[in-house]
Amino acid sequence: MATTTTGTTTKKRAAKKPVQPLFEAPEWGFDTLKHMHDAIEEVAVGEMGLDVYPNQIEVITSEQMLDAYSSIGMPLMYRHWSFGKHFAHDEAMYRKGAQGLAYELVINSNPCISYVMEENSNTMQALVIAHAGFGHNHFFKNNYLFQHWTDADGILDYLAFAKRYVARCEDQFGIDAVEAILDAGHALMKHGINRYARPGKPNLAAERVRQQERTAYLESTYNDLWRTLPGDQRHKPVDEEISELAEKRGGERRALGLPEENLLYFLEKNAPKLEVWQRELLRIVRNIGQYFYPQKQTKVMNEGCATYVHYQIMTRLYERGALTEGAMLEFLRSHTAVVFQPGYDDPRYGGLNPYALGFAMMCDIQRICEEPTDEDRDWFPAIAGNGDALGTLKDAWAHYRDESFILQFLSPKVIRDFRLFAVFDNSEDPAMMVEAIHDRRGYEKIRRQLARQYDIARFEPEIQITDVDLKGNRRLILTHNVHDGRLLQKADCDAVLMHLAQIWGYGVKLLEVDAESGRTLRKHTAVPLP
Amino acid sequence: MNIVDRRLNPKGKSLGNRQRFVRRAKADIRDAVREALKQRRVSEVEGSERIRIRARTVKEPSFGLSRNDGRKNIVVPGNKEFVPGDAIPKPPPGQAGGRDGSPDGEGDDDFVFTLTKEEFLDVFFEDLELPDLLKTKIKDEMSPKPARAGFSTQGSPSSLNVLRTMRGSLARRMTLKRPKPEDIAALEAEIAKLKKKGGSERRLKQLKAELEVKQRKLRTIAYIDPIDVRYNRFERVMKPATQAVMFCLMDASASMTEEMKELGKRFFMLLHVFLSRRYRHVDIVFIRHTSHAQEVDEETFFRSTETGGTVVSSALEEMDRVIVERYPVGDWNIYGAQASDGDNFRNDMPTCIAALESRLLPVCQQFSYIEVGEKRVGLGFESDAAESPLWHGYGEVAERHRHFAMRRVATPSDIFPVFHDLFSRDAKAKA
Repeated sequence: MATTTTGTTTKKRAAKKPVQPLFEAPEWGFDTLKHMHDAIEEVAVGEMGLDVYPNQIEVITSEQMLDAYSSIGMPLMYRHWSFGKHFAHDEAMYRKGAQGLAYELVINSNPCISYVMEENSNTMQALVIAHAGFGHNHFFKNNYLFQHWTDADGILDYLAFAKRYVARCEDQFGIDAVEAILDAGHALMKHGINRYARPGKPNLAAERVRQQERTAYLESTYNDLWRTLPGDQRHKPVDEEISELAEKRGGERRALGLPEENLLYFLEKNAPKLEVWQRELLRIVRNIGQYFYPQKQTKVMNEGCATYVHYQIMTRLYERGALTEGAMLEFLRSHTAVVFQPGYDDPRYGGLNPYALGFAMMCDIQRICEEPTDEDRDWFPAIAGNGDALGTLKDAWAHYRDESFILQFLSPKVIRDFRLFAVFDNSEDPAMMVEAIHDRRGYEKIRRQLARQYDIARFEPEIQITDVDLKGNRRLILTHNVHDGRLLQKADCDAVLMHLAQIWGYGVKLLEVDAESGRTLRKHTAVPLP
Repeated sequence: MNIVDRRLNPKGKSLGNRQRFVRRAKADIRDAVREALKQRRVSEVEGSERIRIRARTVKEPSFGLSRNDGRKNIVVPGNKEFVPGDAIPKPPPGQAGGRDGSPDGEGDDDFVFTLTKEEFLDVFFEDLELPDLLKTKIKDEMSPKPARAGFSTQGSPSSLNVLRTMRGSLARRMTLKRPKPEDIAALEAEIAKLKKKGGSERRLKQLKAELEVKQRKLRTIAYIDPIDVRYNRFERVMKPATQAVMFCLMDASASMTEEMKELGKRFFMLLHVFLSRRYRHVDIVFIRHTSHAQEVDEETFFRSTETGGTVVSSALEEMDRVIVERYPVGDWNIYGAQASDGDNFRNDMPTCIAALESRLLPVCQQFSYIEVGEKRVGLGFESDAAESPLWHGYGEVAERHRHFAMRRVATPSDIFPVFHDLFSRDAKAKA
């Protein structure tokens, strides 16, 4: 698949000012890194006008890279067995040679931290700085999803707080008790987001203050006398709240804000049996989950943006003479490997490569802006031939996510280059049906289907808490809105419900309801263990 | 822009996570370790271990859509021959490679990872402890060990510290201005030159006087004086004995089959690993016996068979002899382990018991007797005949001495439980 064709050719243009190459030897040094960064910054910010957080480049070993992998790419993280499991797995794969390590890892924080591996050659370090330090960095700072859902200034402090808080809870209440809550939290992590309401700008620093204030308030209002009253008064605030709400059944649901798609939030606020620290743990899991919510929705764009940026920067550096021929060849080799897209029947095929698709689309937008064909003028009248490729791309990077980006910008040329085709698969039929291929009749359909493939509402189940019987057995009722007959995986679903029941403290029931007909297709129930 | 070198940061950041993971999968890992023990060769017992645990125990579930239900629209790259309307037959269910194989459409692969040697042994010896009695004894039994304690002016020539001595010598020679041989040689040369040329008499006289003074100094100021000499000084420090010797006693007569020896070997192996974890240094002495006993190397011990009767006391005598000869009780923790099918000349038993009680048990930290092979079938009633002579005779000893233990082992799978039983904290608590 030819995905390396771009507007800018790699042919050496006559450089106006011959520049000394940034480096000749393959081994990097701290001085070279610094020069490299400055030269790249000059291109990225000076020429391309990218808007980035200040960079912090951290050199790490392969073991530290594995560490970072296992704690979901975060520089510091609370302790949990699942991270140990991932580490053991990744390490085994790495030692076997079955899996290489990434050259870099970048964290959406301010300053933007990029990890680079000590084994990288000079060329790779330059590539990594361009890719992560400027490509991803620009995307993090400017994309609307990241702006709405994450707080780059506060994340590192918040993680440090979370780590300390979890460790303190472990000391105070035991590893098992903490583990039980975190396990449940992790199982529900994907459902800890208010998808429909636009969130207020998150402020993680305030989170910490809020937690401290809440604890301080509880401590200051603590009066031992209450303990002597008959009956368990510990959950009084929650109970009172609930009994007021329970006046009317309808009012009850409304007051609890049902239906509620943010399961973790609902549990944190309303689960009757939780202690304060348990609620706080759920909150931590929820906040961290929310931090990753934009990344899930922008894989193609994020990688496409970073790959496009590094390609541009490296090419421009080469044209100035700042990169040697050898370095450029080494860069092109690894770049080509990164944007390689095997066909569906290739043994290496593992789905669409977000780097390949993203890079191809970015380059295609540039082509449409600069050298449009008639087809492009038909398809993209707004941008075709506007001559401002970078401006168009920056606008796209800022205001789209994968789904809307593909729906808006996937051109017939990219569909042809990738030879995309749409297949319809009904579990009841013995065969799959080819619905559209890369021809005039198929473009629209392929583009629509591919966009839906990246729609988070399509690849993650839509589950809401719809009812809770507070006056009766306090059973929590959830509904899975089934689209296209796609039910939940049974074993996993039952395991998650077990966690949910454990947190809620009473029975839990999940109904799988067909979104169109309203028929209930399947029921799952779980009751907490005593 | 900042460049930070994180390579020197402390390693093992994920250790806490790993410990939690191992803890989480403990039950599975314990089973896997037991299983692994059965497969292992004796010499391999201390290696790391690849552990396979059920994916279910360490599964992280989340709500996910099933792959097998409903209607899906998929866009894939790399079309070569398809046109709209083509039907692509699906592989029949069950045969599809990979993910669709298991009944509920989810992979149920085992999770494989490698336990380090330490983690393996931790699980292996979990809940095992040296008996309390022995622990106190180890604590009490201090033995003097030489430890460096600076330098002294006297000592044996073998502990002469050359560096210190020469340093003292040099300092003294410089202070007292001991002339160097080169200076004297130069003076002598000058005098000789003057004499030859017939230079000024006064000058010659002056030089001669100078030479005389220097030569005198050279004679009186020694190159190395006794006051320069320094010796390494050692103090005897009382240290707990951190070395152990383990005696493996085994019947080598023809009645012991290969399987029985293998059983004994496994027990010895476990004991050795266990002791190695507690002591800095562990010696092993192999003693085999028929009607007479001899100390042999490991190969001979396990491989060769001999003909002859069975006199157990000969092995005990041999063990006693080796202890007296090579392993002073003050310095060594002594462990005995005997494996036998239980045969012995009946009239040898009193000798055995006497040897054990009077000489061996007082010096041993622990002595275990393992009877290998099937339990002898009693002829419908429990009689003395149903028990082997050794078992019967040792029974009395076991009653009187807490650090004498005896167990029966019939199959390899018994070894670990028996070992566990011998050293487990619970068993000791009960005793």
